[in-house]
Amino acid sequence: MDSLRSGAVRSLECELLQAANVSFAYKRHLVLREVSFDLAPGGVLGILGPNGSGKTTLLRLLGGLLRPTAGRIALDGCDLGNIAKATLAQRMAMVPQETHLAFDYSVLEIALMGRYPHLRSFEVEGPEDIELARAALAETDTAMLEQRAFMTLSGGEKQRVVIASALAQFGRRVADSGHRPVEVLLLDEPTASLDLGYQLDVASTLRRLNRDRSTSMVISTHDLNFAASVCDRVVLLRQGRVLAAGPIRDVLRPDTVRALYDVEATVEQHAMTGHMTVVPWARRATTAPNTHEER
Amino acid sequence: MRASRRLLASTDEEAVVAPGNRRWSLRRRLTVALSGFGGLAIITLTVAPLLGPTPIGLGRVFDTSIPFADNVDAQIFFIARLPRALAGALVGASLAVAGVVFQALLRNPLATPFTLGVSAGASLGAMLVITLGVPVAVSGIPAVPIASLLGSLGAAGVVYSMATLRHRGLSTTVLLLAGVTLNSFFSAIIMFVQYSADFTQTFQTVRWLMGNLDVSGFQPIVAALPLTGAAFAMFATLPRALNLLTLGSDSAAARGVDVLRTQRVAFLSASLATGAAVSLSGPIGFIGIVIPHLVRLIVGADHRVVMPASACLGAAFLVGCDVVARTIMAPFELPVGVITALTGGPFFLWLLVRRQ
Repeated sequence: MDSLRSGAVRSLECELLQAANVSFAYKRHLVLREVSFDLAPGGVLGILGPNGSGKTTLLRLLGGLLRPTAGRIALDGCDLGNIAKATLAQRMAMVPQETHLAFDYSVLEIALMGRYPHLRSFEVEGPEDIELARAALAETDTAMLEQRAFMTLSGGEKQRVVIASALAQFGRRVADSGHRPVEVLLLDEPTASLDLGYQLDVASTLRRLNRDRSTSMVISTHDLNFAASVCDRVVLLRQGRVLAAGPIRDVLRPDTVRALYDVEATVEQHAMTGHMTVVPWARRATTAPNTHEER
Repeated sequence: MRASRRLLASTDEEAVVAPGNRRWSLRRRLTVALSGFGGLAIITLTVAPLLGPTPIGLGRVFDTSIPFADNVDAQIFFIARLPRALAGALVGASLAVAGVVFQALLRNPLATPFTLGVSAGASLGAMLVITLGVPVAVSGIPAVPIASLLGSLGAAGVVYSMATLRHRGLSTTVLLLAGVTLNSFFSAIIMFVQYSADFTQTFQTVRWLMGNLDVSGFQPIVAALPLTGAAFAMFATLPRALNLLTLGSDSAAARGVDVLRTQRVAFLSASLATGAAVSLSGPIGFIGIVIPHLVRLIVGADHRVVMPASACLGAAFLVGCDVVARTIMAPFELPVGVITALTGGPFFLWLLVRRQ
């Protein structure tokens, strides 16, 4: 595995988001072990791995919701723990796998919730905030759903509205002068519960955001083909360890797919889309020892 | 292709537009809701003391030429009815907002102020004092309200420490389970003590458990006011964070909400408001679940409107129910809890059915 892992130690000159030797344990159960990678401004990084490989935990660490047990996560070279919650939320937003509401809000209200980090206590969203929320909805093609009840939307619509709410976190009022800092979107399995059509909708929305707004993204997913259609770099994660990392064309190979999922697969460049496609065709016996390590 | 699918998806829009008028700005919704529900509360509160089995004249009540000791109308108004209406307003507002807060905290629309064992603790405290025959007042302070307040805060303390003991942060699942368990546990003790108590004591406890707004004087209200005031001051800091909490705690935290602090303040304030209300009137059911849902159907889900509107409607509803309880079978009084459940229950079911 050493030859594969060497990719993880690669260093960039101007990292936007950087994880260095990050380990994390829930109580005594070690979930992540010395994970390192970095995200360049405007990059789309995929965290790929089977269920239970620690992807969601890694994303929560990146979002500052958890603190690493060991190692360091930095945004623009600044340790996440040292950034104020509201400041962080203006630059980095999270989109969970699914969003279930306890009470029924309208789509616009959900988008406006993204303005939270910009408001002082007791401040009410002004016309400018409403404009920014509407603009965010427009960016994900959900502007016409504005008055709908969120609970009645389809899975794909919900996901795009939640992405819009995340984008509203980045929106800057005219008074917030200065250059717009690079924004990071963290998405946890954004397509896991969607059918093919909605998967395509979400993928094209993400590609467009990356192209038009140069939104940087970290996307956790177990769907290799979805990752191949959106990400430029990937980290392969299995049982909390990095198996391989690097540009997707270099990393996505039959041997890495076998090491990741225990399947034999054909990896080809798709003639029409131009990105890699993975077709699994046989199950293999587990190669990696089942190491649920206790510390 | 895509456009046509979107069009199809939005044709049945009529049925799925979010409840409440969302096209208005928040300020406008807040103004309209507060003038509507607040006006209702003020009207109810003004009219309620004038209604009752004994007719009184407003002119005579405020006629200062008659000494108070001889002015029966003024006595009925100021000693019997006005404190009672004010107690109803205080209890109704507290229970309604506490219901909203518990529902948001637990992310569960079925939660009530009594879900987490606060009322069972209060009931146990009150009935222990009644049964053990503690004198009615200890150095001027009536024993039953004090005991029920201590009982409710004790129960809240147990539930809270259970939910925080072995978890990072506050586990709402443990909170819910511990609360429900504590409710049954306290009910079992109450049953046991009742079984071994004599007839008079049992009668007194049962009466207390039914809830009663007959506070006879302003003193109990003044005693409850600091606690209720503290709870409402904390409520005021919560609405926006509670909105975000309904997205889930991770989503809220990622938008910059201090989730743990919000949960703590929510639990503490709602428990305090419930404890103070129950010690004043005994447990009066149904307000904490019917009023929040009714308000949400009218104004939408935004807690910045729902919380003040619920306070006003809760106050108006309980004061109104108490008038019915006092008058409908005069000269006998019905327990006000009977009226809240009898009127609120079917109405709520009708709303539910109509909404489907």
